[in-house]
Amino acid sequence: MVAELGLFALILALLLALAQGTLPLIGAARGDVALMAVGRSAAYGQLFFMALAYAALTYAFVTDDFSIAYVANHSNTLLPTQYKVSGVWGGHEGSLLLWVLILSFWSAAVATFSRSLPREVLARVLGVMGLIAIGFIGFTLFTSSPFERLLPAALEGRDLNPMLQDPGLIIHPPMLYMGYVGFSVAFAFAIAALIGGRLDAAWARWSRPWTAVAWAFLTIGIGLGSWWAYYVLGWGGWWFWDPVENASFMPWLMGTALLHSLAVTEKRGGFKNWTVMLAIMTFSLVLLAAFLVRSGVLTSVHAFAVDPDRGLYLLLFMAVVVAGSLTLFAWRAGKVGLGGGFGLVSRESALLTNNVLLAVSGAAVLLGTLYPLFLDAFGLGKISVGPPYFEAVFLPLMLPLLLLLGFGPRLRWKQDSPTEQLWRLRWIFVASLAFGMIWPLFVGNWSFLAGIGAFLGLWIIGSSLKDLVERLLPRAGSRQTLGTRAKRLGRSYVGMQFAHIGVALVVIGITFVLGYDDERDVRMAVGETVEVGGYGFRLDTLERVQGPNFVADQATVAVFRDGQRITTLQPQMREYFSQDQPMAHTSLHRGFFRDLYVNMGEPLPGNAWVMRVYYKPYMNWVWAGVILMGLGGFLAATDRRYRVRVRREEDLPDAVGDSSSKTSAAPV
Amino acid sequence: MKKRQKRLLLVAGGLAGVAVVAGLVLNAFRDNLVFFYTPSDIVAEIVPMERTFRIGGLVEDGSVHRAEDGVTVHFRVTDTAVAVPVVYHGILPNLFREGQGVVAVGSLEDGGVFRASQVMARHDETYMPPEAAEAIKRAQREQARTVGHADGGY
Repeated sequence: MVAELGLFALILALLLALAQGTLPLIGAARGDVALMAVGRSAAYGQLFFMALAYAALTYAFVTDDFSIAYVANHSNTLLPTQYKVSGVWGGHEGSLLLWVLILSFWSAAVATFSRSLPREVLARVLGVMGLIAIGFIGFTLFTSSPFERLLPAALEGRDLNPMLQDPGLIIHPPMLYMGYVGFSVAFAFAIAALIGGRLDAAWARWSRPWTAVAWAFLTIGIGLGSWWAYYVLGWGGWWFWDPVENASFMPWLMGTALLHSLAVTEKRGGFKNWTVMLAIMTFSLVLLAAFLVRSGVLTSVHAFAVDPDRGLYLLLFMAVVVAGSLTLFAWRAGKVGLGGGFGLVSRESALLTNNVLLAVSGAAVLLGTLYPLFLDAFGLGKISVGPPYFEAVFLPLMLPLLLLLGFGPRLRWKQDSPTEQLWRLRWIFVASLAFGMIWPLFVGNWSFLAGIGAFLGLWIIGSSLKDLVERLLPRAGSRQTLGTRAKRLGRSYVGMQFAHIGVALVVIGITFVLGYDDERDVRMAVGETVEVGGYGFRLDTLERVQGPNFVADQATVAVFRDGQRITTLQPQMREYFSQDQPMAHTSLHRGFFRDLYVNMGEPLPGNAWVMRVYYKPYMNWVWAGVILMGLGGFLAATDRRYRVRVRREEDLPDAVGDSSSKTSAAPV
Repeated sequence: MKKRQKRLLLVAGGLAGVAVVAGLVLNAFRDNLVFFYTPSDIVAEIVPMERTFRIGGLVEDGSVHRAEDGVTVHFRVTDTAVAVPVVYHGILPNLFREGQGVVAVGSLEDGGVFRASQVMARHDETYMPPEAAEAIKRAQREQARTVGHADGGY
């Protein structure tokens, strides 16, 4: 019963999406207010029915309804309840349902928070969102319905993949999808602007907070995925340049470029075409990610069951979206006009450089990800492109970008003097270079990579803090209190600095962990001690333990440093009742300067196991940096100016020749 | 005139930058392609030495044994026609089994032993790494052809 209810709700959601995808667009073209108003109601209705469909599937999971094929394949009566709830997105069909639910959520959010938008613009944005929803709800209904019945019903479910039974995975997909699908809003705004032929600073201002929120979600989502891989897969790695990871990284790179390009469009009215192009590309890469993961062309933890229909549907959908939006772009973009000019050294040129570097990085990742697939698809051979390629390309591309990051945000719009800015930052530069080169010596032998990483990280943090302090210190003749000055900074500016400092932490973390991590695969018998990264690991006991839906071999490992006991780690090798595959469960001790990590391999004769022991310096700096970046994105999106209705067009620095350097100190 | 020169400089600089980057990317790309070979390819000696590549196939039954240290593992990968010895130091994936599909990344040592730096097995119960399947398919096609030739001789 509940499956039919869910399916029915899904069909109704599709019908509402059809209404939302057509009527408001027609209304906007004809100036018909009633038709335009359909968009908002349809968006709410679609969200309602999607939520109903989603709730129906969740109910089926919680009540162990194994007459539904999807539930029978991804759940089990013994599965703890929180994993039954998160098991809904543990497979292709359910995760797609979550994707669509989030899409309708974003539609409804636009309908709610964009009351200040002109009627036509809102109608077009919701119309485009509706069109996207038609594509995805149709995909769910016609190729991947999670409500298919299983006849006869299974007595017991096949259980959720044990790798997915983890708190990190409860939140990773929703966060990631919030990000992916969130970029559909930026895309819809861009397409709406192209249709309306009105691509101005107001458009950029409306679009910017949505982009920032989507970007923040995607950042956190990718970070969570990496965090999950780090401790669940038990390989001690956190980024493998796996095609699926790349699939999420490409929209992130483009989205980051978009975020920065929007700054120029909003503040200076420039880069309009480029911004629109980036919005289109970002969303296209999101669709590409969906295709890569869901078509079965890839094999990885994420790849779902292979079904050629799904791949074909997504490929066609992607083709329609990309071709359609690029045609529209070619047809309309000429009309939008150019922004103001700018000098060789200016905020604009810095952001342009940022964009070029990010776009090139994105293209390099695209090449490395798609080329093997193309060769394979055309039967030209099987090759793979490993991490060395991505590392070889990324390091030289990120180096100038990170150098610029400490410098660019301080540049004035339109024209600035490079010597003056560099002169002001000379001490920061010298200090960060000196400390950066010395810092690695506290961790181990000197490494060039760690030295560069520490220097760049300190350079970014130093110049960000200097900028913050300068803005907070009282100016001569000003009577503002510190509180007022802090308020005047604006959340947009503070968010930017958060995100940039987050980048710096990620850079330091990555270069240090790459330079100094220590991994040892060793035979450990009870009572034996091994030394890794200056820590002693002693295997004390081996025992058999019982969990809710598994039994496990558990090792108790005492960790020492300089004779002092630091912690006790208890890794397990679990055997889940429902599967014949054993699964290693890592035990971690996290710390500010290092993680210690023990993983069980295989039993050996003589009361011993093969164990994997890791020392991971500065690992938590990466996660902290990602969190800071995400927070920065959210903070920037809540800036006051996005909530204030733009009453007069003249308030916005639209066309050429606007008031020059007086506004230059304004935050990006 | 000055403005035009400046713009020209900007465009030229941009193009030069893009050219450098493109060169860098393509160079890194060429150097880091990891090709795939089957055990039959290795026996036929068409595989480059001193270069990282991938092999795929089945873990031969009864071929897995551990060295004294408990951490070094020797096994053989077969495409059902021929088998290649592989040595790996470290923990094997949870689903590494004799008779199951496997893909290994590494390089060939003197004496025809493949030293694996990474070993990948299926990640659930029903799935065969596509490259392992490919190796077996190719070997069987080859066998079918040679058998066909032999038949033709009679």
